[in-house]
Amino acid sequence: MIARWAVASLFFACLIGLWQLAVNAQIWSPLLLPSPANVLVYLWSSVEDGTLWEATLVTVRRLLIGYGLGILVGLPLGLLTASFRWSQDTIGVLALGLQTLPSVCWVPLALLWFGQTESAMLFVVVMGTLWSLIIATDTGVRTIPPIYSRAARSMGSSGFHTWTHVILPAALPFLLSGMKQGWAFAWRSLMAAEIYVTILTGFGLGHLLHYGRELSAMDQVIGVMLVIVMIGLAVDKTLFAPVERFLHRRWGTARG
Amino acid sequence: MQNVTPAIDAVPTKLVLEHVSKWFRTSSLHVQALDDVTLHIAEGEFVCLVGPSGCGKSTLLNLIAGLDRPDGGTVQADGQPINGPGPHRLMMFQEAALFPWLTVLGNVLFGLKLVKGLSAPERREKAEYFLELVGLKRFMHSNVHELSGGMRQRVALARSLAPNPSVLLMDEPFGALDALTREQLYGDIQRIWSQHRKTIVFVTHNVREAVCLGDRVILFSPNPGRIREEFSIPLPRSRDINSVDLARYSTEITRVLKGYVQNEVAG
Repeated sequence: MIARWAVASLFFACLIGLWQLAVNAQIWSPLLLPSPANVLVYLWSSVEDGTLWEATLVTVRRLLIGYGLGILVGLPLGLLTASFRWSQDTIGVLALGLQTLPSVCWVPLALLWFGQTESAMLFVVVMGTLWSLIIATDTGVRTIPPIYSRAARSMGSSGFHTWTHVILPAALPFLLSGMKQGWAFAWRSLMAAEIYVTILTGFGLGHLLHYGRELSAMDQVIGVMLVIVMIGLAVDKTLFAPVERFLHRRWGTARG
Repeated sequence: MQNVTPAIDAVPTKLVLEHVSKWFRTSSLHVQALDDVTLHIAEGEFVCLVGPSGCGKSTLLNLIAGLDRPDGGTVQADGQPINGPGPHRLMMFQEAALFPWLTVLGNVLFGLKLVKGLSAPERREKAEYFLELVGLKRFMHSNVHELSGGMRQRVALARSLAPNPSVLLMDEPFGALDALTREQLYGDIQRIWSQHRKTIVFVTHNVREAVCLGDRVILFSPNPGRIREEFSIPLPRSRDINSVDLARYSTEITRVLKGYVQNEVAG
């Protein structure tokens, strides 16, 4: 464990070292390539004056609410498409089609429908999450060996009990990968939307990034990018990694 | 046609199947899985159903379990028609149908939680008792994937026994195991059966296994699935699958089985 930490720390220290070397070599203007120290100074000052916290809060809130809504709607719809042919032929086909649509493509529509508001952002995030989650749930439920529900039925399980105690847990590995994919899509579409357009109800990280470009403040651009990466990592480590560890331990699949 | 108890008098009849038939229809196939099957099974009896694959023996088990319904005829347990699955008739499958998202203990508790009127400590006590009975109590916190094939079938056995069913339906439960592990389980199942006196209907295509375990061996033939012949096995318990007496029975039954399988192919 300690060895793994050491390797990881060493690797990132080397990356920062290379960055610093590139800056020292003065191949590019400092305007285009600020030093690690400059970026750190930006991050520090923006934490101090509150802009970074505020933007992070706005973005993460949009993401969590939109993602939560996507799961709340997508999970039951996925169960539905896996259970009935009519819903597979309708909702299933719709989900399959819309999943291929890059979620950024929802941004123009969302802006026209909802204006430059919070709702537009939520809509984009939900659209990014929903379809891939429906498809993952559907695939997961279909892949369950039928013997599980037969065994459960033989023991007297039926209806809702079978769904909650057999089908959903059996589909968990697929649900998790669907939720991860949904998360990635939601994150990407929200960033695109925030960079693309100013939302009057709150400045997110995407806006900070956008203004960094407008002001040619490269330290801000890189600093905000780092924050976005950190949030992604943190979510993966706190939200998904524990579930994945549980899956590996229980199912006995290879360690990821 | 008498409709009361068969061979063994005085013992109440547990399961009664009268003129049962069952078809399977898919877009391309129309198969009669069972044709006019009549079978009476006494309480506490160990009956083995033997036959080549496709002779409808698993279908019969599903009908008794209530997982499927007959197209013709009646299936009754304790004089009542079977209308669906119930905790009195539990099924044990060939592949370990254990749930990988639960621990060994969790799997055994699954069926117990569906039995009404048991408190949590009672459930736990029963689960531990039956895991002890199959010799796996110290593995109760293990994950399913950590167990060998034989251990998994033992857990499956404990899971089926725990809700205290009066009928145990076993669909080639040892089919996927190696010979040595199977022999151990023959011993276990006979011991448990003699202690707990369940009615057991056991499906297999292994004649020796059927002779080793059954009070009666019922021979099925395929296309459509019918009962061909019936053999009583009056050998004393507990039986050793390698014994000479047992071999004599299984040779005889195998000979009959081969006879009509060949006729089937020739005709």
